[in-house]
Amino acid sequence: MKTGSRRADLPLTILLAVLFVGGWQGAVWFFAIPSIVVPGPGSVLLALRDGMLNGELPAHFLVTFGEVVMGFVAGALLGLFWGVLVGLFPLLERVVYPYIVAFQTVPKVAIAPIIVIWFGYGMTSKVIITATIAFFPVLANTIVGLRAAPRDQVELLIALTASRWQIFRLVRFPQALPYIFVGLDVAIVLAVIGAIVGEFVGAQAGLGYLILQRDFNLDMAGVFAILLILSALGIGLHLLVTGLQRRVVFWMDNAGDRTVGA
Amino acid sequence: MPDVNSPSPQLIRAERLNKVYPVLGGEPIVALQNLDFTIGRGEFVTVVGPSGCGKSTLLKIMAGILGCGSGSLTLGGIAITGPSRHVGVVFQAPVLLPWRTVLENVMLPIDVQRRVRAAHLERARGLLHMVRLDGFENRYPAELSGGMQQRVGIVRALVHDPDLLLMDEPFGALDAMTREQMNLDLLRIWADSGKTIMLVTHSIPEAVFLADRVIVMSPRPGRIIDVISVGLPRPRRLAMMSTPEFGALTEAIRSHFGTIGALDA
Repeated sequence: MKTGSRRADLPLTILLAVLFVGGWQGAVWFFAIPSIVVPGPGSVLLALRDGMLNGELPAHFLVTFGEVVMGFVAGALLGLFWGVLVGLFPLLERVVYPYIVAFQTVPKVAIAPIIVIWFGYGMTSKVIITATIAFFPVLANTIVGLRAAPRDQVELLIALTASRWQIFRLVRFPQALPYIFVGLDVAIVLAVIGAIVGEFVGAQAGLGYLILQRDFNLDMAGVFAILLILSALGIGLHLLVTGLQRRVVFWMDNAGDRTVGA
Repeated sequence: MPDVNSPSPQLIRAERLNKVYPVLGGEPIVALQNLDFTIGRGEFVTVVGPSGCGKSTLLKIMAGILGCGSGSLTLGGIAITGPSRHVGVVFQAPVLLPWRTVLENVMLPIDVQRRVRAAHLERARGLLHMVRLDGFENRYPAELSGGMQQRVGIVRALVHDPDLLLMDEPFGALDAMTREQMNLDLLRIWADSGKTIMLVTHSIPEAVFLADRVIVMSPRPGRIIDVISVGLPRPRRLAMMSTPEFGALTEAIRSHFGTIGALDA
């Protein structure tokens, strides 16, 4: 059922994109909008092609991509680690969690300049900013997920003489995985934002740095071309996480469709 | 039953067993009051009573999941202070882990209790065969019907060869026909394995059909108001349920609830 309706949606989705791009180009022509305000889709694609061919976009993309991946991995691992600790030791939750929430309420954009001053204009500061942003959704979802284990499954393990660690390994952690993946999915999209914000604050390379530079030169088509790359990056990483999720948390998928026998 | 051998023919002995739940700012709830009973080795005992009579509480205490209040409760002469490796528990729901295959769910007690996997794999397959689930070893629980899932739950409770099998309304969620089939399956497993079984149910016919003895409990506070020996011959057949003897036994149990107004019968 699900895949069938998805297939039926596809032509509509494509039609919407065609209408949007056509309307955009039409509006630019009809109202004679200068390209330093809104460039037409044609000039955006040209800017994209030129940037790709002269190597400028790939070079800056690799910098941003590296920051996103490293920051995401670091933030996610830290979030997972602390989430598991807090989930395992309820005392830790009462003692540590208020500080984690307090830290979360500070806008990361506001501390980005401090991090750049501390760690310089290179990739390190961007990786750290990205990690601090990716950390919280993974942490919060891990904690919630570890509490989501059904009572009867935990009682089964207790009746089997399982230790705390066995209950964690055999029931609590697997039950937390769907929640952890929701956290990872949120974190990966936030990680792209984190890297760009970091580059806005102070950088020598990266797509965020390039946006500022092209903005300064009133190269709107060039900026739009970067936005295309960023959104493609976000979509690609999101698909990567959800693809991984379907493999790891396979039992959450279409469980009802596979029922056989009576 | 080699592990908890004692000269006594009784596997379970409960004396003046009480369980009280404290209620915040209110009268404490007496769940179980002065229970005295024994269960012999190899015996099939059912516990029947209306909802809220504490029969599930009793089973959880015997499984070591809940602590008992006062009184004594022994398994093979040893006080039950916590979960035991010699007990298998079947819950109301199958409680299968959805990321484990049928065979791996059955092997869960072996993994938890760090028993030798290789030695128990054949036993697990044999038990699955006994409940007609061969060929389903590598399926996931979501692919099985409710009755099949509950059979996996029963096999899981037997795989580590426990002395005592505790069952908490194991067939309550199944339709009537599946339930009768499961009752027959369970009796066959019991006859083949020689286990001691205590099964909690709120179905009077089921309690009589399965049991050597039926323990009848009152509504809260849960007390034992009668213990009825079922003299019906074995193996039991579904046709026995329409005999006068069977009717007299169910009527005897039902009359208890009639007099205290727990049932409308």
